[in-house]
Amino acid sequence: MEVKILSAKFDIKDAHTLKVAKEHGAYSGLDTLFAVAPVVIIDLVKNSGLRGRGGAGFPAGLKWSFLPKGLDKPVYLAVNSDESEPATFKDRYILTRDPHMLIEGIIICCYAIGCHTAYIYIRGEYTTQVKVLQKAIDEAYAAGYLGEDVAGKGFQLDVTVHRGAGAYICGEETALLESIEGRKGQPRSKPPFPAVSGLYGCPTIINNVQTIASLPFILQNGADAYKAYGTEKSPGTHLFGISGHVAKPGLYELPLGLPLLEVIDRVAGGVWRGRQLKAVIPGGSSTPVLTPEEAKTATLDYESMAAHKTMFGSGGIVVLDETVDVVKLVENLIDFYHHESCGQCTPCREGLGWMLKIVKQLLRGEGRMADIELLRELCDNIEMKTVCVLSAACTMPVRSYLDKFRHEFVAYAIDRPQETGLNLG
Amino acid sequence: MSDRSQLIFAGKPFLYDQERDAEFERLVKRYPTRESMILPALWLTQEQEGWIPAEAIAYIADRIGTFASQVYEAATFYTMYYLHPMGRNHICICRTLSCYLRGKQEIVDFLRDEIGIKPGEVSNDGKFSLEEVECLGHCGTAPVVQVNGEFHEDMDVEKLKSLLTGLK
Repeated sequence: MEVKILSAKFDIKDAHTLKVAKEHGAYSGLDTLFAVAPVVIIDLVKNSGLRGRGGAGFPAGLKWSFLPKGLDKPVYLAVNSDESEPATFKDRYILTRDPHMLIEGIIICCYAIGCHTAYIYIRGEYTTQVKVLQKAIDEAYAAGYLGEDVAGKGFQLDVTVHRGAGAYICGEETALLESIEGRKGQPRSKPPFPAVSGLYGCPTIINNVQTIASLPFILQNGADAYKAYGTEKSPGTHLFGISGHVAKPGLYELPLGLPLLEVIDRVAGGVWRGRQLKAVIPGGSSTPVLTPEEAKTATLDYESMAAHKTMFGSGGIVVLDETVDVVKLVENLIDFYHHESCGQCTPCREGLGWMLKIVKQLLRGEGRMADIELLRELCDNIEMKTVCVLSAACTMPVRSYLDKFRHEFVAYAIDRPQETGLNLG
Repeated sequence: MSDRSQLIFAGKPFLYDQERDAEFERLVKRYPTRESMILPALWLTQEQEGWIPAEAIAYIADRIGTFASQVYEAATFYTMYYLHPMGRNHICICRTLSCYLRGKQEIVDFLRDEIGIKPGEVSNDGKFSLEEVECLGHCGTAPVVQVNGEFHEDMDVEKLKSLLTGLK
């Protein structure tokens, strides 16, 4: 089931160095790139159907075409390497095992959108990873792939690594821009969208690491070669991180569209320790959970996940076995989002704290049936009433657990109806 | 949100050493505004001192040409900037989803018993500090522990024991 497009060089020794990366084809697409007009590249990416791999799945080529024409301002590229969504660990492999694929992708993107200054925003926790990335950038500068005259083609491009410092919210694109500008990561109201007014008030494109790293393959092999993988509406491949209660957790590159349960069984070795499957989180902790029954018909693409009332997200699949206490899991989940709230909007800052308090109360055996209803009500009253979607990233999954595993919450309520016959206390 | 508003004075003037000074000058040219240097300048401070003393806030503001409140805002918002001295060995344990599912609590409990401190504390001899952190992006090799910036994956109590003996 596995394919090797983005991960082609992951298992090659020292592929993070320029020498080895070049031996395996890095930067060989640049002649093709500079021989055509930038608009040809935008059309190529549009035709490839490449969608944003950060979680939202927005078509990359279309995003680029939102840049206003004829403005007398610089255009910026911000590469989102914040990778903070729990269960997501794909971009890290690109940064450490094939950083030159990312740099080549940046050159391709910048040429297409007319950008001469790119920033890579990397999460502060990636301490060892940032060193590998910076070394690769230094090597690319020394070899003339970055700087005044990229590959001798007369194109100027500077790439700077900007380190975050421990804030999940900075993966939100406007918070990321605030952070580069030196402020706390509080998202901006949209519109204006970054493509019109982004970094330093200038037109800015923000793309995820994996999105950018997909460009060298598309340039070298063409849109049809990319579309040969995946489904019609979700073309290409994706780096899936499978974690939780599976026998073989890890990172696997797969074409989009494969059946979810088959991937868990055949690629990740199935549920560990011979246990039963309880649920699957399909694409990072903010995506609504799927029951085993729902998971049976779900496939790993944007459309199937939407049809199952969840999201494809970041490709971070988490498998939950039968021993998981859903209420405790939800406590862990809310704790995360509450901690990471930037504090700007009251419904999120206060509401997530309130939700956490209710769940803790239930777990202490002091909660009532009415608290479960209140929790559900809070989800509805917090969601979409804030500047960004952080609060929804918490309420959407929590609502799914409340709806699909209600009996587990009820079992903790002191005034639970007797006939439930459950006692987990 | 967590309360991170208290700054501590080191009781001595703050200055970048030669290496950090040069790095500051290299980086400042990479941005169109000097305010963009606030996060990098805080990182340079922490690399040099191990934490962010109150004196450094004024120094950075002065050097960048901005208000001290701007630097203070960033220093207190971002949780990786340490506002007080940490242990010589700073241990971060991931507490989020996949690490939670694969036994991070055993790691926390073991360290608490072994070192005698809870997450958020520094040991009396200054050898260790412990922190529970949010997802470290190593979910496929959970649970994960980060010691002085280095990642240790697929952690268990046995591995931790040998790791601790190697620390000074």
